[in-house]
Amino acid sequence: MFRFVTSRLLQSLLALFLVITATFFMIRFVPGGPFTAEKAVTPEILRNLEAHYGLDQPLWRQYLDYLGSLAQGDLGPSFKYPNRTVNEIIADKLPVSAELGALALALALFLGITLGTFAAVRRNTWVDYTASTFGMAGISIPTFVVGPLLVLAFAIHLGWFNASGWYGPTDRVLPVVVLGIAYAAPISRLTRGGMLEVLHQDFIRTARAKGASEFRIITRHALRGGLLPVVSYLGPAAAGILTGSFVIETIFQIPGIGREFVNSAFNRDYTLVLGTVILYAVLIMALNLVVDIVQAWMNPKVRLEA
Amino acid sequence: MLHRLPALFAIAVAVLFSAACGKKETPPPAGAKSAAARPGGMAAEQIWKVSNGTEPQDLDPQNVTGVPEHKLMMAFFEGLAAEDPKDLSPVPGLAERWEISADGKVYTFHLRENLKWSDGVPITVDGIIESYQRMLSPKMAAEYAYLIYNFVAGAKDFYEGRITDFAQVGFRKTGERTLQVTLRNATPYLIKIIASHYAWTPVPVHVIKKFGALDQKRTPWTRPGNFVTSGPFRLKEWLPNRRIVAARNPHYWDAQTVKLDEIHFLPTEDVATDERNFRTGQVHMTNTLPAAKIDVYRKENPESLRIDPYLGIYFFRCNVSRPPLNDKRVRRALALAIDRESLVTNVTRGDQIPAYGICYPGTAGYTPRARLQGSLEEAKRLLAEAGFPEGRGMPTIELLYNTSENHRTIAEAIQQMWRRNLGVNISLLNQEWKVYLDMQHSKNFTLQRGGWIADYLDPHVFYEIWETGSGNNDTNWSNAEYDQLLQQALAARNDPERYEIYQKMEAILVDDLPVLPIYYYTSVRAFSPKVKGYYPTLLDNHPYKHIWIEQ
Repeated sequence: MFRFVTSRLLQSLLALFLVITATFFMIRFVPGGPFTAEKAVTPEILRNLEAHYGLDQPLWRQYLDYLGSLAQGDLGPSFKYPNRTVNEIIADKLPVSAELGALALALALFLGITLGTFAAVRRNTWVDYTASTFGMAGISIPTFVVGPLLVLAFAIHLGWFNASGWYGPTDRVLPVVVLGIAYAAPISRLTRGGMLEVLHQDFIRTARAKGASEFRIITRHALRGGLLPVVSYLGPAAAGILTGSFVIETIFQIPGIGREFVNSAFNRDYTLVLGTVILYAVLIMALNLVVDIVQAWMNPKVRLEA
Repeated sequence: MLHRLPALFAIAVAVLFSAACGKKETPPPAGAKSAAARPGGMAAEQIWKVSNGTEPQDLDPQNVTGVPEHKLMMAFFEGLAAEDPKDLSPVPGLAERWEISADGKVYTFHLRENLKWSDGVPITVDGIIESYQRMLSPKMAAEYAYLIYNFVAGAKDFYEGRITDFAQVGFRKTGERTLQVTLRNATPYLIKIIASHYAWTPVPVHVIKKFGALDQKRTPWTRPGNFVTSGPFRLKEWLPNRRIVAARNPHYWDAQTVKLDEIHFLPTEDVATDERNFRTGQVHMTNTLPAAKIDVYRKENPESLRIDPYLGIYFFRCNVSRPPLNDKRVRRALALAIDRESLVTNVTRGDQIPAYGICYPGTAGYTPRARLQGSLEEAKRLLAEAGFPEGRGMPTIELLYNTSENHRTIAEAIQQMWRRNLGVNISLLNQEWKVYLDMQHSKNFTLQRGGWIADYLDPHVFYEIWETGSGNNDTNWSNAEYDQLLQQALAARNDPERYEIYQKMEAILVDDLPVLPIYYYTSVRAFSPKVKGYYPTLLDNHPYKHIWIEQ
């Protein structure tokens, strides 16, 4: 276990280094820069701006400088928002996305696992068909359709909520539901598939023969194996959902990190692009590690090997 | 109603020529501070909620460039001169009056008595001069520094580090409350820039210096709690990407005129979300309105549809060194074959004004006489003369535009007009915003969608960009006579003389067509009819102290 974790950490560090290097150079080679504007700044002003941000240095030098400050935990200043550092922006916005994501994930897990389990147990009945319809609809109808529809119904016509914003607790409801449904759909399908496989195995039959109740069979015996596909899906999904959804955050005007992720690239805000990419990479690596450990615990067939 | 163009024109003209003729809205006596004391007609809650497009880069006027930032600056800062709420002509601001020397090169501003920043500290001439020193210091790298160093004597030398003593720059304290500004050349429209543009707005150096050196970029002085203002409002709350709350500034010299208690600026980026916010009453005013929604509002909610003229032009920029657009006849044929009336009625739908010239008709009392005129027959003949009868043999022109639904539909409509009218085929190329700008500035295009929005209310704004070597020309077009006329305009003694020079420049542009004019912008919004004191102005500036909410 210890060897496994250390070796994975080392691998992750190497991958992270590659991600940083690739992103650093790729974003620099995209046409246009942080100060490219419709009203062109004069050459003198551009020179001073570049000098201020160190962009007048050779690229390799900038790269080394960036790695140097990164090693000290400094992600640098934002180009678009001169008043803020990338560290500040992430510290300000990640909690918002994480809150939205955690709530949505909880809803998605509850909805998805419940529906998926019922569908598997009552296979080929109306329960199964309803759950499958939900799953298909949830996967195929994008959030930018579901979101505005819910706003139209619940905010504009019924007047229960604000159309957008992130002020009070009621502002959480609509975005959490929209994002939750989007993730509940694949979870319900994965749960159904996993459960169907497990429910046909010998140890379930043994449990039945011993006279265990259906409820006990599912919760104590079947779910542990049946949820394996969901768990491996959850690693990358959780990283994605916690770092925010560009679409949901834009539709509902939520001050999360998901929008920065996309907008920073449009703005050629080099440091913010790198900051968000590093954040996402670290989260994915960490969550995948957690998933591997959880899977080993859930499935005796999996062994943690370095 | 502003449905028809003549009406729109009439309003634009009325606004420009006679502030007094505008629709009279008589707000109740000002100065009401508590809700109970509000006179009839005013709502108890004087909070104006507006959509402001995007999160501002910063609140430091010397560190920002965009339109959303400008809307915020108008709440927080006042210039030496300010704008009239109806026609935006310069009126006294921090300075109660000013004199301009006979040769037009020396401006003397007399500050008001007892001027104070929002923290109660006096606004002084020394502070204002230091503020300009900060704006011009190379380390600040302020993007709008050129709006000062292009005009003020010695400022460019200071900006480029040739002189380091700011006393050699043309700002001089000549009395306890007098500031003298010496210019390189007479710049007849400079007072309009001072009134309308935040590049000239003084900043509170006594606060800035608490957070670092005077010329240090990126200090936290604009954060809530630190930020100090000179305008009608001060900063109450700044939640990034959520909202900015401006509350009345009790130290503002004209605080008794201010009617609103608060302004809430919402940085709503998505136009559909913006429109839904309007429908739930979260904002009184959207930032814009999608073209598809305009007709819906016309039918169902006409009192909430607001279309105002806007001093900007939409055009196609030609790269005049690339064939076939290096041939003036081809450019003219293309320009003549655009059905602008049909385009604004059927495609853009926001009462935009068809453009047959470059300068917006009626800019500060100036309307160009030259006009793009000619029949479709002429266009066909010109094309044939250029060697492409009925479009035969003409290489396919690629039209570059930035990815956007609106630009795409306009491009497609014109593509069709040219195919139908001239037999000319063009292809469309869309690019992400910064790639598109990069291609524009490096002149890596044949034909490009472009636009120009005025920073100040003077015809000069439409002519200076086409000067040889101007950073925004980007057409490879260069005309010695035109450049010479531009210099003459700057030396003109009075506006009529200056405007006559612009007439010649307009004639050159309309004849040579480095850009194909298409239409003049309008600003289209969903707007609550309860908001009063918000007049149609060409720059879309609305001095906030005159705005109030009706019951």
